[in-house]
Amino acid sequence: MDLIESYRDEIQLVRKPWTRAWVGGLLLLLLAIPLFSSDFIMYVATLIFVYSIGVQGQNILIGYTGQISFGQAALLAIGAFTFGHLSRTGIPWPLCLLAAGIVSGLSGILVGIPSLRLKGPYLAIATLGFGIAVYQIFVNSEFLSGGRMGLTVEKLQPPIDISKVQFNYYFNLLIALIFTLLSYNIISSYMGRAFIAIRDNDIAAEVIGVNITRYKLLSFAISSFYTGVQGGLYSQLLGYLEPNMFTFMEAVTLFVAVIIGGLASVEGSIMGAAFVIIVPQLLSEFKEMVPVVYGITIIIILIFEPRGLYGRWMKMRLYFINWPFR
Amino acid sequence: MENFMQYIVSGIGTGSLYAIVALGLALIYRSTRILNFAHGDVSTAGVYLAITLLGMNFGYGIAYAAAILFGAVIAMAFYFIVLVPAQRRESTPLSQIILTIALGLIIQGLVSYLGGTEPQAFPHPLSDSTVYKMGPLVISELSIGTISAGLILCLLFYILIQKTKLGLAMRAVSENLPAAQTMSIPTRKILAFSWSLAAALGVTAGLFLAPVLLLEPFFMLEPFLKGFAAAILGGLNSLPGAIVGGLILGVAESLAGGFISIAFKNTLAFLIIILVLLFRPEGLLGKEFIERV
Repeated sequence: MDLIESYRDEIQLVRKPWTRAWVGGLLLLLLAIPLFSSDFIMYVATLIFVYSIGVQGQNILIGYTGQISFGQAALLAIGAFTFGHLSRTGIPWPLCLLAAGIVSGLSGILVGIPSLRLKGPYLAIATLGFGIAVYQIFVNSEFLSGGRMGLTVEKLQPPIDISKVQFNYYFNLLIALIFTLLSYNIISSYMGRAFIAIRDNDIAAEVIGVNITRYKLLSFAISSFYTGVQGGLYSQLLGYLEPNMFTFMEAVTLFVAVIIGGLASVEGSIMGAAFVIIVPQLLSEFKEMVPVVYGITIIIILIFEPRGLYGRWMKMRLYFINWPFR
Repeated sequence: MENFMQYIVSGIGTGSLYAIVALGLALIYRSTRILNFAHGDVSTAGVYLAITLLGMNFGYGIAYAAAILFGAVIAMAFYFIVLVPAQRRESTPLSQIILTIALGLIIQGLVSYLGGTEPQAFPHPLSDSTVYKMGPLVISELSIGTISAGLILCLLFYILIQKTKLGLAMRAVSENLPAAQTMSIPTRKILAFSWSLAAALGVTAGLFLAPVLLLEPFFMLEPFLKGFAAAILGGLNSLPGAIVGGLILGVAESLAGGFISIAFKNTLAFLIIILVLLFRPEGLLGKEFIERV
């Protein structure tokens, strides 16, 4: 949209002073929300922060690299249970979170290996197979799943004198911000450009010197790292885990969030995460209708606005920037 | 040895149902390059209509025919109302696949809203508990019915595709769409027919599966995934491949459940498929992928 004159401009995340003001204002608003809102709103916002991490990871895989994966629920489960088991042994939470991400990332490489030979629907079934295999292993192994009662995870206690909900809000906001910054940087680096090249045409990308094997696997690893961290944070927030939280529907929900938010956009991922969290809360009286709302939204978005909520937002902005001309 | 034969027979029973589900998926993939993720949900909707009609004291014939017709109508409506506008706006293959996921979500939600999420028993004219003994083998009335229905459907399908004018048109459309259009084949009607035929096959499989599995809004998810896997195993482009893939998957699953571990039955099926795909990415009977650069 704007003219980029130097490489320094290009790698800057925020280019214009006005955008800087907007972003600063938004951050202040997010910091101030706990001062005037109820516990329930804060809890929903916390869930959105946790979810947006996983959706960003999924978007790096689907939106930027163009690989389908239905094994995401399994990676979520791997991250969550890694976190749960490690934190029960008394290891401090930052290490547990890192381990959750790394174990998920390594499993993600395992899922990614078929992607070197398979494409489209064939890749979808291979990743789906991984998802179902992991789910079955968790369901059938009492050692891993913590038995019939599920696995209890110790919740994080606030170190200073604020309420638990407020502390969870700030804690997850901080981590979500770190990961959002990370994804912006990934996308504007060589790595992100390589992902986009693979999505647009993998043969052409290989011809101009992108190492496809490395970057496809790296994309799987990074997105799984994000998903694993989401799993860890989620388990810490809920304080309890069971394998039934990570079914095929969970993978579909992450997928839906990416599509509704907008493929290949970080802001879109956050909007998509907000959508899949807020809609079930609004429809808590009619739980069965949640998938119907998802489905209808997807159809409307894909037919009328293929770039998702983010695309609509960009068009609105453009309209007001150019106003009164069009 | 007797156990082995018994497992093979029951594997062929489930395998023939997987084959019917896989045929529907392969039919749609072949002609439109879309993977229909709503296949299982459309058949769930049909089966729920059947149980509602049976509850209102209609006969089996009417209820089953209405269910199959209902599935076909849903698929055709989806094609005309959603897919055609999406294609006019030049949507990518990935987004068309996601549109079918959306249809699946909508049907799932409506079925659980209208039909309730409680599992129900589904009545069937053939009984599951009446068994016949053939030498050392034991086979139930229902699985005889399933196997024969599978065989008859595959045969009818073969005749339709290979021997009739309609089948010729369907093959032409899936081979080369623009060329078929220039030959004045009404491609849109043919594609709509393919969608409804695939849905009808799916509902038929659902009607035979519902008495065995309990009827609930997600009961077709697993058979659908298996059918999907079977279609991939045989090669998504090939209709005979879907049948072969379904039978192989059914038998392999039954043997794995019998001899290795019943808990990991599903996992083993998918592991076999991942292995096959790693060595033969186009499936057993599929054509090799060739890409022009």
